[in-house]
Amino acid sequence: MAFTNEQLERYSRHIILKEIGVKGQKKLMAGKVLIIGAGGLGAPAAMYLAAAGVGTIGIADADEVDLSNLQRQIIHATADVGKAKVKSAKETMEALNPDVTVNTYRTFVDSSNILDLIKDYDFIIDGTDNFPAKFLINDACVMAGKPFSHAGIIRFKGQLMTYVPRQGPCYRCVFKEPPPKDAVPTCKQAGVVGAMGGVIGSLQAMEAVKYLTGAGELLTGHLLTFDALKMEWHKIKLPANTHGCAVCGDHPTITSLIDYEQTECDGAL
Amino acid sequence: MDITVAGVKKTVSDGLTVAQLIVDEKVETPEYVTVTVNDEFVESGTFDVTVLKDGDNVEFLYFMGGGR
Repeated sequence: MAFTNEQLERYSRHIILKEIGVKGQKKLMAGKVLIIGAGGLGAPAAMYLAAAGVGTIGIADADEVDLSNLQRQIIHATADVGKAKVKSAKETMEALNPDVTVNTYRTFVDSSNILDLIKDYDFIIDGTDNFPAKFLINDACVMAGKPFSHAGIIRFKGQLMTYVPRQGPCYRCVFKEPPPKDAVPTCKQAGVVGAMGGVIGSLQAMEAVKYLTGAGELLTGHLLTFDALKMEWHKIKLPANTHGCAVCGDHPTITSLIDYEQTECDGAL
Repeated sequence: MDITVAGVKKTVSDGLTVAQLIVDEKVETPEYVTVTVNDEFVESGTFDVTVLKDGDNVEFLYFMGGGR
């Protein structure tokens, strides 16, 4: 696969990097990333991955664009209110970079379809807003042997971790099961600064780029937290011994996917 | 004794338990926090009997559910 002159120019800032180069750019162009949730986290992640020339990007979301989304979900514009989020996202990504193939899945992601959704992708980005979805994505990725980036944002805070099979703990190693409904506030109840989606969602895109190109070290085995009020980052080393985990451990007790009760921010995913 | 909590060095009284540290640190939603000491998980049922030692490195990991 040779680059066109336009591609050489478009991706010149990647190609000049020793960690990416021509080889890495080709890997990005052959790469397939699925983003679940076209919202605060998914919007910047999808835009940076499209701009980066990731060859195939899937977006799954059942919702339509709401006016209250636009404070942070920068992939959608005012004229998109009422439009399916996946359609609005696809239009923005294709306008950014016509090289990219965008697959849209306007669907609720649950135990019946997630394994089918993720099976053709190299890397998954969790851009969801609720614990049932986050546990579902974790369990499905563990069972299917897929790497993924987990993230959460609320108020002025955000955090993320990367799971790669056999290279460190999964989300369920850290958090054993979803908290009861309303025990932990969601962003609709508690609020979130729009730019927090940009900070953390961009890092999720960064992890996808690093995974596809092999550049640097992934955020496996660590949880990275960000407090914007203090402007402090903190990288927490996670336990290496995860043999006892209910899903990724040596003797898993969770062997089929679970649809926990939905307690999301703004409509079911 | 001196311990490190979320990356910050602190002087605390000898015999401090994880449960008491959670109170002292005003941990939000303490019943759902995950705790590690020296990069190992502390089982949530054992916070009140887990006594910290000089030099321990304690981390609190919080649920963060938002994203859309």
